[in-house]
Amino acid sequence: MITLAVGLGTCGIAAGAQEVYDELLRQPDPRYILRKTSCNGHCYNEPIVEVFQNEELIGAFYQVKASSVKSLLETLPSVWGQPSSRQGQEQRLVLENCGLIDPENMNDYISRGGYVALETVRSLLPMEVVSMIKASGLRGRGGAGFPTGLKWQFALNNPSQPKVVIANADEGDPGAFMDRAVLEGDPHRVIEGLLIAAHATGANSAYIYIRAEYPLAIKRLRHAIADVTAEGKLGTVLLEIKEGAGAFVCGEETALMASMEGERGMPRFKPPFPAESGLWGQPTTINNVETLAAIPWIIRHGAEAFSKWGTEKSRGTKVFSLAGKVKYPGLVEVEMGTSLRSMIEQLGGGTSSGLPIKAVQMGGPSGGCVPESLLDTALTYEDLQATGAIMGSGGVIVMDEATCMIDIAKYFLNFIQNESCGKCTFCRIGTKRMFEILSRIAEGKGELADIDELIDLSSQISKASLCQLGKTAANPVLTTLQYFKDEYLEHIVEKKCRAHVCRSLIRYHINSDVCTGCTLCAKRCPVSCIKGVTKGPHRIDASHCTKCGTCLSVCRFGAVTVSTGVHS
Amino acid sequence: MTPQWNDLASELLQRFGDETRYAIPILQAIQTEQGYIPIPLLEAIASKAQHLQANQLYGVATFYSQFTFTPKGKHTIKVCMGTACFVKGAQQIVDAFKSALSIEIGETTPDKLFTLQTVACLGCCSLAPAVMIDGHVHGQVTQESVAALLKAKGFNL
Ligand SMILES: Cc1cc2nc3c(=O)[nH]c(=O)nc-3n(C[C@H](O)[C@H](O)[C@H](O)COP(=O)(O)O)c2cc1C
Ligand code: SF4
Ligand code: SF4
Ligand code: SF4
Ligand code: FES
Repeated sequence: MITLAVGLGTCGIAAGAQEVYDELLRQPDPRYILRKTSCNGHCYNEPIVEVFQNEELIGAFYQVKASSVKSLLETLPSVWGQPSSRQGQEQRLVLENCGLIDPENMNDYISRGGYVALETVRSLLPMEVVSMIKASGLRGRGGAGFPTGLKWQFALNNPSQPKVVIANADEGDPGAFMDRAVLEGDPHRVIEGLLIAAHATGANSAYIYIRAEYPLAIKRLRHAIADVTAEGKLGTVLLEIKEGAGAFVCGEETALMASMEGERGMPRFKPPFPAESGLWGQPTTINNVETLAAIPWIIRHGAEAFSKWGTEKSRGTKVFSLAGKVKYPGLVEVEMGTSLRSMIEQLGGGTSSGLPIKAVQMGGPSGGCVPESLLDTALTYEDLQATGAIMGSGGVIVMDEATCMIDIAKYFLNFIQNESCGKCTFCRIGTKRMFEILSRIAEGKGELADIDELIDLSSQISKASLCQLGKTAANPVLTTLQYFKDEYLEHIVEKKCRAHVCRSLIRYHINSDVCTGCTLCAKRCPVSCIKGVTKGPHRIDASHCTKCGTCLSVCRFGAVTVSTGVHS
Repeated sequence: MTPQWNDLASELLQRFGDETRYAIPILQAIQTEQGYIPIPLLEAIASKAQHLQANQLYGVATFYSQFTFTPKGKHTIKVCMGTACFVKGAQQIVDAFKSALSIEIGETTPDKLFTLQTVACLGCCSLAPAVMIDGHVHGQVTQESVAALLKAKGFNL
């Protein structure tokens, strides 16, 4: 029997997968069964229709359009594309069901071993479950990497009742989307992990705190919760969804709880830790979505099966989201300890532009930029930390030579100063000052003393901030200063942006020897500052040019050039 | 205070409950149903409630980016400015929307048709640059496709 599976995650739908699915529905064919799945991680090929014969993947149709559905059906049972070779190089534990099952069909999940772990766990003592998770070596996937078993033990040991467990589905790190993919593609797995956490810590209330920017994930979670409730799988646990209201800092656990309590989402001092006194003063266990999604696998296969993957301090596998200037953006799940280079070059296909890789940003606003020279770093908590970056939630942004590192540092500081909750003076004002200095440098108004000022502010902000948002706010600046100081100096001394990004430091010209006078640039220039007659050389009026780059991208004759620096 | 807000205030308290923890769900309901947070409505709620005060509701509403105090346009455009979109040229996309609509970020066009916002990541980073229009995500947006996206929502160039 042939099954056609259409990946209907947010990414697939954005690429047009819903139209493809609807078209397939309109053209029923007795030769196949149509199945609705979600993102399988190969986002670069979307919309994707995968073909299964007796549940085995035999091939796929990539970048399908609704208009090509007819010819697709005529081609069957042969296919256009082979299963991606990437599949064989990954180790999928957390993502084992993503793209294979219908996320709105609980029986699909059950047929692949779903809820077996919950059954098993409910016949065990909480302490036995905690021991198992401890033995697996699983560390939190939300950023800090705290050992999950130990976290559960703290909550279990607290005699106070009632207790709470929370799934942190805030996924605020811009550029990371693994949690969204799991929630949309395998929502029951997160629910099962959360119910296991509830049993292991003795909690009776469970919450999923999810950001409002993920409407499809919320819809599928609601569907899944209705199904487990109807099946009586919740036992005595009350399970509820809480929608965030748009604040990055609410991903921080104490701010998250403040937000659930109906207040401004401002972090609180620790201790008390959530396991001592969390939501409404009750002992609380907070785990990231991916952490929870690993739990059912560990219970089903045993702690040892998990801990045999990875390195001594970083066990198991990790899901990474590849984005930015990478050829094959999407999700990959690899064994911890894999090198950053092999993940980006072999699984990600290198850069999309073909330009050399300049750096890789890891860990979002709290992380840093790993330069090309350190790409052989192993993907473990400790090795990444040694570079100045962090594992973070697993967001990986690839940057090529056309990326300006000052622009990136400025981007992150702008993000941080916007998202600072305002409680600590240094985080609130210090990050703003850093942003202003970086803006000055990008505009060619920087001075050498600005670099010392940046370093000085960095250490003060880190010392005087309450939560990790402030404590790590300077990381994007410190790592770019460490690895790309020459670019800072170029901006300051030579007024030069080698990546041609900082608008104040670049100039556009038309080479009159090459210009054919086709007039295209003049028609497209948004501020009409290009003059010239048809078939005659064109000229840019620099005093009105906004440096938008349109002329450069539209000219088919390579007549538009860019220059930068005082000496050019 | 208009009676309209009074009735709505009672209804909201009835629907959610009069406790601090319901502040955000109440505000979310108001934002979705009214399209913005009318301050007189917050005052009406506070005057009826035991545990929800006007200053607390206002404080919460100003903290989270989901809430706005001015009515939004018919269509809300959220241009992603997350890291992945940023390195793939999201700035040019925002600029294209700004110049096409002749408004700044956070503003609404005079004909009340479009509100332009930025967001920090839509989770569609693999299709960067991404834009969400009325809850639907569009991927690989270009300066050229901006006009087409607007036209599909009734914008006359
Ligand atoms: C500013 C800030 C934002 C955070 N955002 C998230 C987030 O979006 N998702 C998440 O799981 N953890 C986030 N964290 C980490 C949480 O505080 C917490 O450590 C984590 O949810 C614990 O789960 P884990 O042990 O399973 O990793 C954030 C931390 C900080 C300081
Ligand atoms: S460090 Fe920044 S985000 Fe954290 S509590 Fe202080 S002001 Fe708020
Ligand atoms: S598009 Fe190129 S060739 Fe055509 S007028 Fe402009 S600069 Fe000259
Ligand atoms: S960079 Fe933009 S504004 Fe400047 S000349 Fe070219 S098209 Fe016109
Ligand atoms: S960075 Fe734009 S969708 Fe994630």
